[in-house]
Amino acid sequence: MKKLSSLAVAGLLLSASASYAAGELHIYNWGNYTNPDLLKKFEKQYDVKVTLDTYDSNESMMAKVKAGSSGYDIVVPSDYAVDIMKKEGLLEATEPDKMENFKNMKPEMVNLYYDEGRHYTVPWQIGITSLAVDTAVYKGDIDTWGVIFNPPAELKGRINVLDDMVSVIHAAEHYKGFKLCTSDKAELKQINELLLAAKPSWRTFSYDGITLLQSKDVDASVIWDGAAYRARANRATLKFGFPKEGVEGFVDNVAVLKGAKNMENAKLFQNFIMDPENAAMISNFATYSNGITGSEKFMDKDLSNSPEVQRPASMKVQFSPPCSAEVIELYNKIWTNLRK
Amino acid sequence: MSELASLQDRQDRRRHRLLALPAILIMVILGLIPLMIVVVYSFLKSGEYGGVVPQFSLEAYVSLLFQRDMFDDTLTFSPAYLEIYIRTAIFGVVTTAICLLVGFPTAYFMATRPADKRNLWVLLLTIPFWSNLLVRTIAVMFIIRDEGLINTILIRLGVLDHPVTLLFTNFAILLGLVYSFLPFMVLPIYASLEKFDFRLAEAGFDLYANRLQVLTQIIIPLAKPGIVTGSILVFVPAFGAYVTPLLLGGGSHLMIGDLIALQFGSSRNWPLGSAFSIVLMIFVMLALLFQIRRSGQVNHG
Amino acid sequence: MASFGSSGKIDIKRQTGFGFIAIVCLVTLYLPILVVLVFSFNNAQSIGASWQGFSLRWYGTLMQNQGFFDSAILSIGIAVAATVISTIIGTMAALATTRVKRWRGQAATTLIITSPLIVPEIVSAVSLLAFFSFIAQTFGISFGILKIVLAHASFCIPFVYLPIKARLEGMDVTLENAAADLYADRWKTFRYVTLPLLLPGISSGAALAFIVSFDDFTITQLIAGPGETTLPLFIWSRIRNTVTPELNAMCTVLLAVSVAFIILSFVLTRKKQD
Repeated sequence: MKKLSSLAVAGLLLSASASYAAGELHIYNWGNYTNPDLLKKFEKQYDVKVTLDTYDSNESMMAKVKAGSSGYDIVVPSDYAVDIMKKEGLLEATEPDKMENFKNMKPEMVNLYYDEGRHYTVPWQIGITSLAVDTAVYKGDIDTWGVIFNPPAELKGRINVLDDMVSVIHAAEHYKGFKLCTSDKAELKQINELLLAAKPSWRTFSYDGITLLQSKDVDASVIWDGAAYRARANRATLKFGFPKEGVEGFVDNVAVLKGAKNMENAKLFQNFIMDPENAAMISNFATYSNGITGSEKFMDKDLSNSPEVQRPASMKVQFSPPCSAEVIELYNKIWTNLRK
Repeated sequence: MSELASLQDRQDRRRHRLLALPAILIMVILGLIPLMIVVVYSFLKSGEYGGVVPQFSLEAYVSLLFQRDMFDDTLTFSPAYLEIYIRTAIFGVVTTAICLLVGFPTAYFMATRPADKRNLWVLLLTIPFWSNLLVRTIAVMFIIRDEGLINTILIRLGVLDHPVTLLFTNFAILLGLVYSFLPFMVLPIYASLEKFDFRLAEAGFDLYANRLQVLTQIIIPLAKPGIVTGSILVFVPAFGAYVTPLLLGGGSHLMIGDLIALQFGSSRNWPLGSAFSIVLMIFVMLALLFQIRRSGQVNHG
Repeated sequence: MASFGSSGKIDIKRQTGFGFIAIVCLVTLYLPILVVLVFSFNNAQSIGASWQGFSLRWYGTLMQNQGFFDSAILSIGIAVAATVISTIIGTMAALATTRVKRWRGQAATTLIITSPLIVPEIVSAVSLLAFFSFIAQTFGISFGILKIVLAHASFCIPFVYLPIKARLEGMDVTLENAAADLYADRWKTFRYVTLPLLLPGISSGAALAFIVSFDDFTITQLIAGPGETTLPLFIWSRIRNTVTPELNAMCTVLLAVSVAFIILSFVLTRKKQD
């Protein structure tokens, strides 16, 4: 109880006085995504106290930030979320492109649609949404979305699909060869039918593909590359697929909130993670790729040589801007119809 | 004499109003006002990227029941959302029924233990719930999955030759819901029964020949406030529950709670989510109102 | 036809099958807990894996997990505070609205007090977020942890209020009336007669309130600020990725602490009675 009351007092003091926090940084990131050693290293290097809180979806993070006075300095939105937050004036233009370590950023990471020229954000981790299959159960070609949308007999009823409306519909659009975020009603009708036909073969809708695969509740799953890497640690016959129809990529980025109390420390952090060694620390913990050149030599060999990271060069990866509200409404209808 | 009595009455009433004041204040500030915000949201237009735009619109309520057929733009009656409401309601009712059938005997058992041991039983009942709900749900999953505890044991014993599918079924959802809400049924019934002097019932054997009659004619009516309370405390949250059903049911069928959460999430349609919530609340409020009126008429000091 | 004094007097306390159902019920409640406990010693990487040998390593990992301890202590603190507040206020409100001469606005009051129950959690979460942020931005007051405590107290109140109300409704008024003759003071009547009679209802309500606050996720997730990670938030963030048996260890430790607490209070109350 004593600890609680001193916590409470500290909390009150902290919130009451604005300039108490000379050496602090408040980070809001996805769960299990931040290497604690990385934070310790940052704390020691710059004599800053770091707090870390977590969220599990872009939308809940954005809701908190939009409401205002969240108290956070740094958030880590995904690509489309950066676009949204920028347009709504929630991000600070910290000019990472002028920072010392900017030269380390991979060139292809600099001019992505949501932050061309990198005036606001720095990439944290990069990944793709693809699929993983247990090759002991199904021995056929796994480099196609057909495994999910037109499953072979061995996998029927043994598939997990991400509980993510946009990811799944985008995958369907890739499979059918349509444009991402298409608003063509005829095309959407086809997607609707495709999904409805495939649903009986799906067992679950969950983000938790790793556990489901490891506990053998499912034998195939729509999954991100880093998650597939982790799942494979406990089920060696899993293989990550690279659909030839194309996949959607995602980039989670470190952004600074407008009006953040610890602006200088936040900028230091952005610069800090553009250092190859630090970027490697992030990757080693979260098991995804990062956007910094030279980090490979600091990454775990097992990770950097893994099939998930070493993608085939012919792989078609697309980064998709957020769909317009009308299209989301149509997606909504398809998704509700699918899940009811 | 009557003047004194009515003065006493007024003092009593005032006192009672004061007693209830803190509760009213907290609820108005932290319950009603935020609720008003939600009602307002349901009548606004949806923002481009989530949130709301301060513009009046009935779009949310219209799309509850009707939808523009996406391919020819006519307004047709769309039962999709209604189906989800109904399914969730059925789960709620069945969960409440099971909790009642299991909970009443349990509460009765607890209330008939020796007086000094009763608190122990209450604690015994609530201890499992001091672990985190999420972890308990994962444990339940672990027990009922295809390669889980139950199936492994039954196969080893030779009762089955291949696993019976328990996880990701309606059964699993019910199990999860009952498991989450059982104490909310047991404890109010226990509180109601506990004060009952069972010796009075034993005297009642002169009137009724057997145990069953004493039970139904005397005890159950006396426990009624507890039963009603327990049913409310189970049904209402079960109606809005979605995390446990999602984990245990696999997500192939949406519950209304999940649908609402979706609107505030990637579907970015806060007005629709608000409208869903308002309809949900109206339904439940009617049921509550009915119960409050009835119990208000039963007892006068 | 059983008559008074005849042999075969029925013990009303024993109903056929009730004891059996109660025991089965309790056993089923504890089964997942047992599983969690046993598998916290599992020497495997994943929480869903089969038994791979006894090991204490997950407890070792847990002991170094500062985040777990911080969030557990925070959750307990918030739950205790919310329970105390909601129990006091809820009891007062129940006394004021049950078995009393009708006062104006009584029905409305009952409805208002039970309103959090009928609002889906996600809706409360969004509305509370908007509310607290509005206050923070207009008046510059930031409540910190207090806003979580207040929010929890507000939705715990119905869980305290309803069981006490149920208990009051069936209570024998004559006892209180008799006491009122003995004690001229209303407060004394309350303290020595009503309160002891109410105690089972109050403790049921408080137990429920504690559970509700301790487990709350949706609302806390949206309104918690920096450094205010409660236990459910902490666990949820772990669940989304590789789940190791460390989670089991966490759960077991929590339970062990609660059980120890109960045993302690049991011993203490026994001493008082002596």
